[in-house]
Parts: sequence; C-alpha cells; structure tokens
Amino acid sequence: MTSRFTPVLVVLAALALLPLFVTSNVALNFLKVALMLALAGTGWNLLGGYGGQFSFGHAVFFGTGAYAAAVLQVRFGINAWAAFAAGTALGGALGLAIGWLTFRAGLRGSYFALVTLAFAEVARIIASVWPLTGAGSGILIPLKVGFATLQFASRAEGYWFVLALLGLAMLLVRAIEGRRFGAQLVAVRENEDAAKALGVDVLAVKLRAITLSGAITASAGAFYAQTFLYLDAGIAYGPWISVEALLTAIVGGIGTVWGPLIGALVLQALSELGKHLGGDAPGLGLVLFGAVLILVVRFAPHGIVGLARSLRPRRLARG
Amino acid sequence: MPLSPDILIQAVANGLLTGAIYALIALGLTLIYGVLHIINFAHGALLTAALFAAFFADRTLGIDPWASVFLLAPAFFALGYLLQRLVIWPASRGEDRAILLVTLGLAVIVENGLLFQFRSDTRTIDHPFGFDVVELGTMLLATTRVVAFCAALAVAAGLGLFLALTDTGRAIRAVAKERLGAELSGVDVPHIYAVTFGLGTACLAVAACLLLPSFYVTPQVGNAFVLVAFTIVVLGGMGSVPGALAGGLFIGVVESLSGLMYGETLGQLGIFLIFILVLLVRPQGLFGAKA
Repeated sequence: MTSRFTPVLVVLAALALLPLFVTSNVALNFLKVALMLALAGTGWNLLGGYGGQFSFGHAVFFGTGAYAAAVLQVRFGINAWAAFAAGTALGGALGLAIGWLTFRAGLRGSYFALVTLAFAEVARIIASVWPLTGAGSGILIPLKVGFATLQFASRAEGYWFVLALLGLAMLLVRAIEGRRFGAQLVAVRENEDAAKALGVDVLAVKLRAITLSGAITASAGAFYAQTFLYLDAGIAYGPWISVEALLTAIVGGIGTVWGPLIGALVLQALSELGKHLGGDAPGLGLVLFGAVLILVVRFAPHGIVGLARSLRPRRLARG
Repeated sequence: MPLSPDILIQAVANGLLTGAIYALIALGLTLIYGVLHIINFAHGALLTAALFAAFFADRTLGIDPWASVFLLAPAFFALGYLLQRLVIWPASRGEDRAILLVTLGLAVIVENGLLFQFRSDTRTIDHPFGFDVVELGTMLLATTRVVAFCAALAVAAGLGLFLALTDTGRAIRAVAKERLGAELSGVDVPHIYAVTFGLGTACLAVAACLLLPSFYVTPQVGNAFVLVAFTIVVLGGMGSVPGALAGGLFIGVVESLSGLMYGETLGQLGIFLIFILVLLVRPQGLFGAKA
C-alpha cells in the first residue's frame, strides 16, 4: 500500500524544492496559479473523473470558499486560518446540500451539468447584490503580511502553502483509490444501475464524493482570496473557474491522481502563450483552452496521462 | 409598492413580446435535444455570433436586420450543419459526456474569439423604426418588438408545419422517436442529425435578426439568453416544440413581472430558481412525457 504513495510523495518533494532553484517572480507566480488550478481541478476530478458526475458549476464551491474566507475576516474579524478552514468546510457542506438536492432527485449526465451551472449562476447573482459580500464593488482583504493573517511575505511561501494543500488533496485521492469507497465510486461511474444491483449505496457514495469535492475546490478558492486579497462576484463565481476546474482534469487525464496537476501546468502555459500572442486583449487564452478541450476529447479521451500510458508497453489498471 | 393595472398589463405585454424571442431560441435548443439527445452548450455562443453577424451586416453592408435574416438564416443553417458533421459528431463519437464537453469547448472558443476580436464593448444599431410605438388600448408597445413577436411566432409555426408535413420533417421525427428503426428504413441518420442541428442554429439567426433592432450586442450577451432558454426547455419538456413555445411566453412574463417588482438582477434570480426547482421536482417538464 505504502508504495502507491511513493511516486506522489517524490513529485511533491521535487516541487517543494523548486523555489530553491527558481527565484524568478514570474515563474513562481506561474507555478502558484497553476497549483491553485490543479487543486480546484482535483476537487472536480474526484466527483467528475472518478464518480462520472460532470459538474459545469464548480465555481459555486470555489467562490464560496473564497467569499467565506474573506467575509469572515473582514466583516467578523475572525482569524485568517480559522476563516480558511471555515471556507473549506463550508464548501463541503454546500457540496453535501447540492448533492442531497440533485442526486436524490435522480439528476445525472447533462441534467446534473445543467443544474450545477444554474447553482453557480444563482450564487453569482446573490454575491453581486448582497451587501455582506460587498455587492457590486466586491470585497477587499486589507494587506497585512504575516503568519497569523495567512498573507505571505514571499512568493515562495505562498507557493509552499498551496503545494501543501494540493499534496494533501492528491494523497487523499490516492488513498481513496485504494479503498472500498474508491472502487464503489468508479463502479457508479461505469454503470450506476449495475452498482446499485450489487448493493452499492449509490446515493451515499455520490454524496461523499461531492462533499469532499466541494471542500477541496473551496480550499482553492480560499487560497485565491488570501493571495489576491480581492474578490468580486464575476471572479469568485464566474464561469471561468468552472471551465478551468474541469479542463485541468480532462486535459491532464480524467480519473487519475496526476491529471489535474499535469493539466493545470499545460493550461497555464497555454494561457501565458495566449497573453503573449494576444497582447492585452482578453480571450485568446480561453480560445486555446476550448480548442484543446475538443482535441483532447477527440484524440486523447484519457488526457495526457492516458497518452503517456499508451506509449508504455505494460498495461496498467486505470483509475 | 402599489402597481396600477395599466402598468401590470403593460409589463405582461412586454413579457409576451420578449417571451416569443425566448421561445424561438428555446425551440432551436429543444429541437436539437429532441432528435440528437444532446444538450447544446454552444447555443448561447452561436446566438452571440449571429447577433454579431446581423450587426455587421447592418453597419458594414448596410443591410437592415429584417432583410439580412434571409441571408443569415441559410448561412447559419449551413454553419450548424457543418459543425455537427465535421466537429461535434466526429469528436464525440456519439458519447454523451464527450458531446457535453465538445459543445462546451465550442462555446468557449466562439465566445472568447468574439471577445478577443471585438472586446467587451456594447454595440447597438440605429433602426429606422427604433423609436416607433404601436398603441394598443392603454399600452404602448415598441414597433420593432411587435414585429419580432409576430415573426417569431410565424417562424415557430412554419417549423412546426415543416416537421409535420415534409419528408425531411418526417425523417427528423422518425429519428427522434426511434433512431435504429429509422436507420433500418433507410433514413440517413448522420445527415438528419446535421440537418436538425442546422435548423436549431438557423432559429438563432432569425432570433438574432429580430432582437437586434431593440437590443444590444456584446461577446457575452448569449449567456443570459441561453440559461433562460435552458429553463424554458426544461420547463416545457426537453424535445417538446409546443412546450418551448408556451415555456418561452411564460418565462418572458415571469421575467418582466419580477423585474418590475424586484429589479432586473433579482428578476433573473427568479428564473434560475424556477429552473432548479423544475429540474429537481419535475425534470421531465410540465409538458414532457418522459425525460
């Protein structure tokens, strides 16, 4: 069992050493944002990749984590670490609530994708009019660098923090893979009716998955709030994060531990390329994302991880 | 806030006028769903593209939207046909989850391509009838919107007749009901799929030309419509043409009334809540037989 964790730990250790060699702020920022997207994608992947429930509205978790962290600090004076934890927990609770509503109603496939999209839009509209969340003008976390305020003096520290979060999430997913819950989740993805016939409590399995998924993606949102210190409804609950969360997993390799990390690095590189080619005009990066999404679905349905595995002669169990 | 009956009637009438356009957009969506069994997430982005096409036909070529619709509807039919034939079908191999992702990818490409090209500026045209109104009892209704209402209903009726009476229409309905049976009777299913997608896209071109005289264009404008259209389709029952019509008019009125009472942003919220509620409680829709 322990050997399954070794590759993950090795890669995490290698990533942790990076700031000792890479000192460029541009490069560290690049990596920091990529890891944040990988974290959001790891949340999506647990539900969508392993469980087969495609959410088009993971922004609802990302935004809730971000707003909870910001609002609890700014409006209620709660400690940043506690606010961070509360944001993550709230994301999980929201996942449970949304899952309880939608999965109990039997929504799956396109219907589930649609309803998650609608939840994200509802959240976006509420956040854009509610005074507590700063309504249209957004919310600003006052700059106060320090350990207690969870604001980092150097980019390397922020990088290590998000790496630690991602590492925990990846190890959690790896652990789930080897447990009964993981097998049941994959069974639900492959054939829900068959899983039910074999005695899997499908609803309970889906609810566990969406709760963990919501919490993981919410922690990425809380990290966003701590890093950029400003939120508005379009950033926190905007469709961009819903799309990026699912893209990282799908491009990297859906239903694999590595998928979101690899996908996030590739997509972040594409996004930089878009900025480079398109200048200050927005949009080009996302055009590239859309094209990559279609190409991956067409030519590499298991993403980059799937391509790499198909190049190796020995057969590995998927999942 | 006390509301006089006149204001209420006016709001209902305006809601019906908008609702007819919604119905036309939803009609395209529900047709594609009914036959191909896919939810076309690119619908909103294609509507935006059609609005831009109509805008530049007016601004650059000087063709009024009411005239350019006769060019744009066939052009968008061809676009939809080719998208289905060359992109969506080959890329997704007919797999549900893959289709979802491919249409999402298309939406992202079209929307952001337009954003990149035209920035997020708001564009409008000056229509010769832009400021005219029609008096109906105590109501004053914008002429462009009354024309749009009538044209949208006419197009919906025309589409219904096409599906009911022509050979292609019969083939479309046959594929929708029983794909394998239709295939065995000699229907070219990939062709019918593409024709249906083309028809759905052509509906968007018509809707765009009708909207433009009284509306604006931005690269994100389609999003607002598409979620409303999803709501209508879900409400009316996925794949049901009369459902889309009734749902469109109903949502138009709901939006207009809730906008009047709670302001525009919260009015939108009401639509999404209806949407979630219908999906949770009755996903087969109010008119649909089975999801």
